Order: sequence, then C-alpha cells, then structure tokens
Amino acid sequence: MAATLTYPPELKYVKTHEWVHLNGDGTATIGITAFAADQLGDVTYVELPKPGTKFSIEEKFGVIESVKSVSDLFMPVSGEVVSINERLSSEPELVNNGCYSEGWMLKVKLGNDSELNKTLSADQYKEFIVE
Amino acid sequence: MLTQTLKETPLADLHRAAGARMVDFAGWNMPVQYKSIIKEHMTVRQAVGLFDVCHMGEVIVTGKDAKPFIQYLIANDLEKLQNPNTALYTQFVNENGGTVDDLIVYRRTNDYLLVVNAGNIDKDWNWINQFKDRFKDLHLVDESDKTGLLALQGPKAQALMKELVGEQAASLPVFHYAESIISGIKISFGRTGYTGEDGYEIFVETSKAAALWQDILKRGEAFGIEPCGLGARDTLRLEACLPLYGHELDDKTSPLEAGLGFSVSLDKPDYIGKDRLVAQKTNGLKKKLVCLVSEGKALPRQGYAIKASTQAIAPVIGSIASGTQGIAVGYPIATGYVPTEYAKVGTQLYVDIRGNSVPAKVVTRPFYKAKK
Repeated sequence: MAATLTYPPELKYVKTHEWVHLNGDGTATIGITAFAADQLGDVTYVELPKPGTKFSIEEKFGVIESVKSVSDLFMPVSGEVVSINERLSSEPELVNNGCYSEGWMLKVKLGNDSELNKTLSADQYKEFIVE
Repeated sequence: MLTQTLKETPLADLHRAAGARMVDFAGWNMPVQYKSIIKEHMTVRQAVGLFDVCHMGEVIVTGKDAKPFIQYLIANDLEKLQNPNTALYTQFVNENGGTVDDLIVYRRTNDYLLVVNAGNIDKDWNWINQFKDRFKDLHLVDESDKTGLLALQGPKAQALMKELVGEQAASLPVFHYAESIISGIKISFGRTGYTGEDGYEIFVETSKAAALWQDILKRGEAFGIEPCGLGARDTLRLEACLPLYGHELDDKTSPLEAGLGFSVSLDKPDYIGKDRLVAQKTNGLKKKLVCLVSEGKALPRQGYAIKASTQAIAPVIGSIASGTQGIAVGYPIATGYVPTEYAKVGTQLYVDIRGNSVPAKVVTRPFYKAKK
C-alpha cells in the first residue's frame, strides 16, 4: 500500500511529516505528506491557527484527527500565517483525497530562508520513512 | 521483557494481500482497515460487511453439570434458554461485582459453547477452571485455536445468508443458532453480532476459514459486500452502544454500572458476584455509564476528563471510556463513567479535549438504531 504513495520532487519535507512548497513570492504553502495521511486514515477534523499568527520552526501549529487517532501538526519552517485552507473545516477528507493539492493547510510568509537547508528532498524523505 | 510474537488468524495472508493495515489487537495481528474505516462502517450500515473475528475465544462445556456450572459463573439466567440452539449475552462477574469478561453462551443440542473476548481467553480459562472442582460431571475444552469465526453484518446479511445457506438462515430468529453447509464447508451460525445491524456470526473449522471467507466475499459481491476491519467494528459497536471489554467493562466495573441490567438476573440462585450486584441494586449505583454527544468536531477519546462545569477549577467527575466520530449519525459520540447524579439524560457535561472544555450532553442509548 505504502508503495503507491507519492512524494512530489518539487516539495521540501520534514521528519514530522509536513511538506513545504515555495511559492516564489516569499510565501510558502504547508501540508502533510501522503505517508502521514495514509497512516492517519480517514481524517475527521483539522484544527488550524488564525491568519496573522506567528510561529517558529518546529512549533505546534495545529491538530489533525482521524477516526483512529489524533496528532499534532508542526511548522516545517518559521513564518506568519497569511491564510489557511478554510475548506478543511467542512471537508477534512480533502487531506486524504489530495494532501498536496486541495488538502493543503497553511500559507505562510517565510521568516528565515536559511531554515530551508534543514529540510529533506523527496528522495531523502522516502528513505527516512522506510527506516 | 521478551518480545511476544503476535498471533495471527488463518486469514492474515488474505488481509495483507487485500492491502489491509494490520495492527496489534490484544496480542493478535489483525486488520484495522482495508481502505477506509468510514467506507467500511457505511457498508455495514447500508449493505453488508464481513469481519474476521477468528481471534475470539470458544470454550465448550459438556457433562451433566454443564448447566449448573455455567449458571454459577454468569450473571444472566441460563433458564431463559428453554430450547437447544438458542443463545444469550451475559458476563462473568467476580466476587466484588466487577466484570471478568462479557460473552455469549450458546445452548446446543449436546453441550454449551461460550464465546469470549480474544484478549481474555487465558484469563477466562483460568477463572472458570477455579470453580470446576465444585462440579462432578463436567468437561471443559478450549477450542479457540480450532475454531474460526466470521461476522456477516448489515441490512443485506439476511438476503446473502439466504443465498448461501437457504431459508433456514433467513428465518432464524435473533439469538438462535443452527448448523449448515456453505459451498461444501461445514458451518454453524448464530443470528448475533456486534454492529447494531442484523447479521450472523459463522463458526467454521480454522483450516476452512480462508476458503469460507473467499467464498462469502465472492458470492456477496452482488449484495455489495466488503471486508471490514476492527476499526469499523469499533465505530459500529460504539454507535450501537455495545460495550467493549477494557473500555466500558473491566474487573472493577459491574454490568449494572455499565447499563447492562437487561442481561443481569438478581433472582436466580446463587452465582459468583450476585451478592455484590444485589447490594448495588439495593443501595443504588455510585457510578453509571453515560452516552455523550459532544459539540464541535474534535473527538472525545478514551481517558479524557469529564467535568460538570467549564470552570478551570471544576473537579474531574469521570472519564471517557470510548469516543469516536459517529460515522452514520454524523457527530462525535462517546461513553463515560460519571457519578449517578450526573447520569440523567439531558445533563450538560463537559469533556476536556486538549485543554478545551467541550460541551457534551447525556443522551439516551443507543446513538444509532437500525431501521426495521
């Protein structure tokens, strides 16, 4: 089953199973990986912060619940929340259906570009999750 | 500590081949889901699902003293089974009124079959053997390893069983038992289940369980059958307010406190724990299981604190026994133990969900009732 999960090469990954997409305008989009979504199973609730909230790297920014479990969400980079995916409040299943597309969670204004050096490439992340 | 190898049912390879996620449940490597708990849950509510419950324990009791022996062990009254091929739900209760396990007793033509929880097989076996010597003509056999069990559950279970077995299965009353053959495989079955839907539990010799599983799935296609995992089994049973040992029941909780009074006889002759249960009934229960519907979308989960007010200094009055998303009803549901004065239907309580006081109201059980 895990073999069918994908990890787009244009994204950056962290070991807490979030991804970051650099939008090229000083902002980044954040979500959770296919591995995380698959492990959680059916997502029933995503608790996200208010726009304007500032977070440091590795800080908890929200909670994701599935039928079976509940997990914290952690910032892969520092930044200020510009917008959140409002659709997730009524359609949490978007995280299962498209974790890299319609299931995105936050858009943030990047705080510290050097942090991106700490992230993993798709290949590095794939290696990490099979360990 | 030594790492214990997980036990597997004869269907484990089939589950893996079907892409099921396997988890440790009570020492067994069991499928928690195939594709989606939500999808499997709704399949059982709307069509028919097949569950591997081969991990359940089966004990056969024979001998002239089988009946008085079982009567001495269980809280329900075996006299309710007036005829062979009938069954009842009951509990083994300890001397303090706590629950050793909950089980189904089948009265068969020449013996009794006790179906117990997988996680309690050894505990139950030791428990019942303690009392064996008080009875003369008695023989106990743990048949768990030889016995496979499949649960076929859902509104289309009857039509599918009619196809598989015939009219005998279709017209079998609830909590009755029969023997038959499916595609050349000898089976026996009860009109029982653990989902809140109509259905059957089918006993089969372990070596034939895989063939039976595949046959039922194939012939059930026209009925919309899907294999279902323990994840859906748990969400289904909770929506129907059926207790799960280790959550609603344990060694310190009586079946009366769990709201299972319908299955407890306080009139029948002496049995283990009867004095305590009678005393609880006479003096009133100190704690009671409540069914809760909580607001919002965050889920109340096992162990979360229950309070009677939102004030930060409000004392904790109880804790959640089981909680999940009520998949068919569409809102978060939970059970929990609270002092009796807070157990009345309509009482406004609060569940501490990660530091937030989430309103939760006591409602009548069950959360979900199948349409007749």
